[in-house]
Amino acid sequence: MDGSSGDAKKVFNESGIEIQPVYGPEDVEESGGIEFIGEPGEYPFTRGIHSEMYRKRPWTMRQYAGFGNPVDTNKRFKFLIETGNTGLNVAFDLPTQTGLDTDNVLAEGEVGRVGMAIDSMRDMEIAFDGIDLEKITVSLTINGSAAILIAMYLAMAEKRGYDIKKLRGTAQNDILKEFIGRGTWIFPVDASVKLVGDTIEYCAEHAPKYSPVSVCGYHIRESGCNPAEEMAYAFCIAKAYAHEVMKRGLDVDEFAGRLSYNINSFGNIFEQVAKYRAGRGLWAKIVKEDLKAKDPKSMWLRMIAGGGGGGLTYEQPELNIVRGAYYALISALAGTQTMALCSFDEAYTIPTEYSARISLRTMQMLTHEMGLCETVDPMAGSYYMETLTNQMRTKMEELMAEVDAEGGIVEMVRDGRVQAKVSKQAYDMQLNIDSGEFPKVGVNCFRIDEEEEREVEFHSYNTKDAELQNESLKKIRASRDQGAVDKCLAQLKADAKDGKNVMPALVEAVKVYATVGEMTDTMVEIYGRYEEPIRF
Amino acid sequence: MAEKKIKILVGKPGLDGHDVGAKVVVRALMDAGFEVVYTGLRKTPSEIAQQALEEDVDVIGLSSLAGSHILFCKKLKGLIDQYGLKEKLWLIGGCVPKPDHAELKKIGLDGIFPNGSKLSDIVDFINENAAKKEDA
Repeated sequence: MDGSSGDAKKVFNESGIEIQPVYGPEDVEESGGIEFIGEPGEYPFTRGIHSEMYRKRPWTMRQYAGFGNPVDTNKRFKFLIETGNTGLNVAFDLPTQTGLDTDNVLAEGEVGRVGMAIDSMRDMEIAFDGIDLEKITVSLTINGSAAILIAMYLAMAEKRGYDIKKLRGTAQNDILKEFIGRGTWIFPVDASVKLVGDTIEYCAEHAPKYSPVSVCGYHIRESGCNPAEEMAYAFCIAKAYAHEVMKRGLDVDEFAGRLSYNINSFGNIFEQVAKYRAGRGLWAKIVKEDLKAKDPKSMWLRMIAGGGGGGLTYEQPELNIVRGAYYALISALAGTQTMALCSFDEAYTIPTEYSARISLRTMQMLTHEMGLCETVDPMAGSYYMETLTNQMRTKMEELMAEVDAEGGIVEMVRDGRVQAKVSKQAYDMQLNIDSGEFPKVGVNCFRIDEEEEREVEFHSYNTKDAELQNESLKKIRASRDQGAVDKCLAQLKADAKDGKNVMPALVEAVKVYATVGEMTDTMVEIYGRYEEPIRF
Repeated sequence: MAEKKIKILVGKPGLDGHDVGAKVVVRALMDAGFEVVYTGLRKTPSEIAQQALEEDVDVIGLSSLAGSHILFCKKLKGLIDQYGLKEKLWLIGGCVPKPDHAELKKIGLDGIFPNGSKLSDIVDFINENAAKKEDA
C-alpha cells in the first residue's frame, strides 16, 4: 500500500524499520506472508508455544526480591507469596554475585545492599525455610558465581527431601551478556562459557526439569541495543552455549528444552510485540534447522518478560507505574510465560513492599480485569502486526549473519567490540533524549517543577544486617568440618585443572559448607580472572 | 599560548556493574574535547586515587548505581587528601538520591549529577569549574 503523503517525514521504529501510515494485506504478502505465523502450539510457534496459552494457566508472577541477610529475605519472600506471587525471583548482593565472602574487604558496604547475601548453603537453607519448592518455582538471578549457587540450591533442595530429578526452577547464568552489560563477571570469557556448559550438562543429567540458563536480551537492550539487536545477540549467545554443550557429545534435545530467555519490554508497543512474536519463530527455526533438534519442546522460546528499567525515568517517578502497566500489557500480548515488572522507584532504590505490591497488582489487573487471558495471541491477523513481525524476523536474521561474519559473538565479546558498539548506541540515544529528538515524557517534554517531582520512599539499607551476616559466616567457619572442606576444595581444583565438569565437585563442596568466596578463589587459581577490554 | 586540555578520570567504584551511564559520559566528555581516562569496573578507592595521581588528571568523576556511594566517597576523601589531590574537581553521577546530596557535598564533592542529568550540563560544569578550582 502506498502510504506516502507528499513530503511527510518518514517514520522509523527503533530497529530501523520504516513504519507506514496504513497497512493492508499486500504489505503482509510482500513481507513474507503468513506462512511463518502458523498456529499457536505448533512450529514455528510465532503465535505462542502452547495452543491454549493463558486460557489454561496465566503467566507466572515473579517479582524480583531479596535484600539484607537471608532472614530478612525469607520474610520478604513469604510476604510476596502471601500477596499472590506464584514464583520467586531472587536478588543477590554484589559480593555474592562477584564471588566474594561477606568478610572480604572488597565487600565492605555492599553486603545485603542490592540483594541477599549468601556465603554458604546454610544461608540458602534459611532463605527458603518454610517455602514449598515444588509449588513456588524459584529463579536465581546469578551469573558469575552461578555454578556455585546452582550447586547450593540443588543440594539444599535435596537435603530438604525434594527429588531434584523433578525440581523446577531457573538460574539466570548468562555470562556472555554480563560482559556486555551488568558486569558481574569473574573468570575470563572462555572459562566462563565452559562453566555455563558445565551447568547445562550437569542439569541435563541430574536435574532435567531445572532451567540452568536464562539467556538475557534484557541487559543488552538496557546497555543500548535496539530491539532487533537485543534478540539477535541473545540468539547468538544461546547458540554459543548450545555449541559448548554439543561439542561434549550431548544431543540438542537433551538440553534445549530447558533453555529460557529474559527479554526487555520497554519501547514502542507494536515493535515490542512483533519482536517477541518474530523472535519466537526465529528461535524455533534456529533450533530445528541449525541445531537439528527433533523434539518440538526444544524449539520453544520460553521467557520471562515485563521489565524495562531503561525505559523508566527519574523524573516524575509515579509515571513509571503507568509505563510498567504498558510493559506488562506488551508482555501479555506477546505471550510470555513469566512476568516480572520493574517497580516505579527503579531509578532510585530497590523496591519497597509498597512499590513491589503495585507491580504485582498491575499484573493481576491484566489477568483479572482486562481480559488478557481470554484468547491466544490477540494481535494476530493485524496487517500491521503481521508485516512487522515478518520484518523484525528478517532484521534479526540479518544481524545474526553480521555477527557470524565478524567472527562470532564470543570473539566479539572477548575483544570488546560488542561492548563498544552497544555503548556508542547508548550515547547516541542519550544525545537524542537530551535534544528532544527522542521524546520522553517528563524528561524532555511535559516536565514539571523540580521541587514537586522527586518524592520517593526509600528502601533503607541496614548496616546491622551485614554485621549479622558476618557473625553467621564466622559461626559456619568455626562449626563445619574443615578437613572435609579442604578435601572438597582440592577436588574442585583438580577437576578444574583437568578440564572436567566442576559441578559434581561444587555440589560436594557446598554440602560441607564451603563458602562462595572459597570456591571462587579455588577456580580463579586455575581459570584466572577476566580483564576488561577498555574500548571506545 | 596553546591551552592544555582538561584531563578527566571517570571511575567505577566498588562492585557495581552498571556501566552504561559511565561510558555514555566518557563519550560525551571526549566529544566535548576533554582528555578522558576510563578506569573500567570494580575499582577500590586506592586504585582510583592512584590512577588519578599517576594520570595527573584535573577532574575525578565517579559513577555509582548500587547505593554504596557515601561509604566509598568517605574512603576516597582520605586518599585524596593524602595524595594531595584536594584541588581536583570531584564529581559523582548515577543513582545518587537527593537525601544524600548534602552529605556528599560535606565530604567534598563539587558536583552531583543524578540519573536524568543532561550531558551538556556536566560538560558545562567542568568547563566552568575545573580551572577555577585548581587556581584557587
